[in-house]
Amino acid sequence: MDFALTSEQREIRELALKFARNEMIPLAQEYDEKGTFPTEIFKKAWELGLINVCIPAEYGGPGFTGLDGVIIGESLAYGCMGMNTSFMANDLALLPIVIGGTDEQKKKFLTPFTQEFKIASFCLTEPGNGSDAGGIKTSIKDGGDHWIINGEKMWITNAGYADLFVVYGTIDVTLKHKGISAVIVDAKTAGIVLGKKEDKMGHRSSDTRGVRFNNVKVPKENMLGKPGEGWAIAMSTLDHSRPLVASSALGGAQRALDLSIQYAKERIQFGVPIAKHQAVQFMIAEMGMKIEASRLLVHKAAWMCDQGIKNTEVASYAKAFASDSCMQITTDAVQIYGGYGYSKEYPVEKLMRDAKLIQIYEGTSQIQRLVMSRELLK
Amino acid sequence: MNIFVCVKQVPDTETKIIPTSDGSFIETASIKWIMNPYDEYAVEQALLIKTTIPEANVTVVRVGSVKDTEALRTAMAMGADEASHVAAGDNLDSYSIAKALKGAIEKTGRKPDIILAGKQAIDDDCLQVPQILAEMFNLPSVSVIVGFEMNGTTVKVKREVEGGALEVYEIATPVVLACNKGLNTPRYASLPGIMKAKKKPLAQLSLADVGVTDADRRVKYSGFKLPPEKPAGKKFDATDAAKQKDVVAQVVGLLRTEAKVL
Ligand SMILES: Cc1cc2nc3c(=O)[nH]c(=O)nc-3n(C[C@H](O)[C@H](O)[C@H](O)COP(=O)(O)OP(=O)(O)OC[C@H]3O[C@@H](n4cnc5c(N)ncnc54)[C@H](O)[C@@H]3O)c2cc1C
Repeated sequence: MDFALTSEQREIRELALKFARNEMIPLAQEYDEKGTFPTEIFKKAWELGLINVCIPAEYGGPGFTGLDGVIIGESLAYGCMGMNTSFMANDLALLPIVIGGTDEQKKKFLTPFTQEFKIASFCLTEPGNGSDAGGIKTSIKDGGDHWIINGEKMWITNAGYADLFVVYGTIDVTLKHKGISAVIVDAKTAGIVLGKKEDKMGHRSSDTRGVRFNNVKVPKENMLGKPGEGWAIAMSTLDHSRPLVASSALGGAQRALDLSIQYAKERIQFGVPIAKHQAVQFMIAEMGMKIEASRLLVHKAAWMCDQGIKNTEVASYAKAFASDSCMQITTDAVQIYGGYGYSKEYPVEKLMRDAKLIQIYEGTSQIQRLVMSRELLK
Repeated sequence: MNIFVCVKQVPDTETKIIPTSDGSFIETASIKWIMNPYDEYAVEQALLIKTTIPEANVTVVRVGSVKDTEALRTAMAMGADEASHVAAGDNLDSYSIAKALKGAIEKTGRKPDIILAGKQAIDDDCLQVPQILAEMFNLPSVSVIVGFEMNGTTVKVKREVEGGALEVYEIATPVVLACNKGLNTPRYASLPGIMKAKKKPLAQLSLADVGVTDADRRVKYSGFKLPPEKPAGKKFDATDAAKQKDVVAQVVGLLRTEAKVL
């Protein structure tokens, strides 16, 4: 048993944190306010190798473990949870290819992402199907030498900037889960119509839109697995991606704690720094405790996945615990800052707005509890 | 062409410095070590030279404790070719450090063309290792450089002097240069760089290997303690025009009797 990071992992973390501090934090507030997509920062992070870390070495990637991935994810989210949503969406879109793709598909679709700065989107959610992803209605029909996609996707991160979409649909809606299939779609294909950018509460620098597919023709060889194997690929993807999404909550929570400690030592009320008041001390203690527990869960969930140990239940523990904790911690950070915390002049209100999303996407906190109880009561 | 870069590992700028209980040094156990920020400009300059002279070899050299080799690994992850580390305590004086650096450079068997260093280390702020090292090698040196150009075997460097003026030097190599902020923008170590750095050679040397003994020490530390805490500042309310005369008299009085500056 060893809880220590390797020296290489410590270096990776230092690099990612340095990047977060120097490149992301100074622009986070402004980009959030204006809803600016962080193209330059995204590209710079890609140049340093901080993006698409799920791509295996054989296909030009860094050959990192899932544990390395969550260490990077936490550090970048420390800089800005919103920008990190855009960064992370690349991994979420590429993971189904890493997991369900053939050698040929991996060479064709993953390797270009290591050679050139490219953006990807993961299209599962629909206007009528969010938590109930098994009920999606986007159809994938056999058109002879190609597939034809028709349907509407909703809440698609990076959609307005994507070079590639990984789209989940169904070959037959009556088959439910057994009809679900995944295809890789070049964003330039005719028939793809982007919706307007959503005006969101938080993560405002990330781009989120609806995407409509009108008779979009996709080459036969772009399907991941066989028709009907999409659900299994999606479920397996979640085992990898939930720890990653949880790591972003961890980074946001750590930032909230660091800011709270700093402010509590500086702000004087009743003649002493507010850090001398026990009520404030206890809020800070609670934050530290929840962050430590979240980090252990996130690291364990990622580590299990790396070891090939089934982690569905632990990945859900990590996702729900880290995101619920992040919500509580960022709310308390605003409390510690008092009135100043409620102002956009200070960085904590943004953390509180950003935290909320992590309890919603990649399976809501309720859905995570559904997964846990299902596993526990099996 | 052989470029050597001297780097020091210093406590992170946010470290709270605490003297050890016996006052012999500072507590080092919980310190997070980083590469001295001024040394980053030196490493970057070496790598910039290497982009124009690809066959140039960049070796980073460090003297200091073995607990962590963060600074050397960072330099190699940025792109330096190899490293030498002389194991020593973190409280050597400038003379011993310079002598150890010289020994480590000589141990590589390569004659230096350019030796780069930061102008000062942000921990003890001595500002003298590059100059002592140049003296020991009997080489010219320029400190606080903010501009660098290479023309064959000469370098043209700019040095900042008081009042913002620049001195320009043209010197034939070999030369020792101490770098200042503004010289360049240090690159980040990339992730592939971090992975590659693991395979780059890192020579481990002892002080004995480089011929440094206790007798080389020129400065002995008699003790470490925190400076006395500053008493809180005094505030005088002079918003009421009628009271201003009084307040001025009070302030002048205190400057005479308490602060003793008048
Ligand atoms: C900013 C943003 C970015 C996103 N990015 C992407 C993306 O890139 N790709 C993508 O495919 N999707 C994306 N999503 C979609 C996201 O994953 C869904 O919003 C999420 O899964 C919830 O679905 P829903 O919004 O339809 O909510 P619903 O499923 O309608 O849920 C509403 C409420 O009901 C609860 N609920 C639903 N079913 C149950 C149940 N069985 N038991 C208990 N409670 C239940 C939920 O927990 C929630 O509280 C994004 C969403 C947002 C907001």
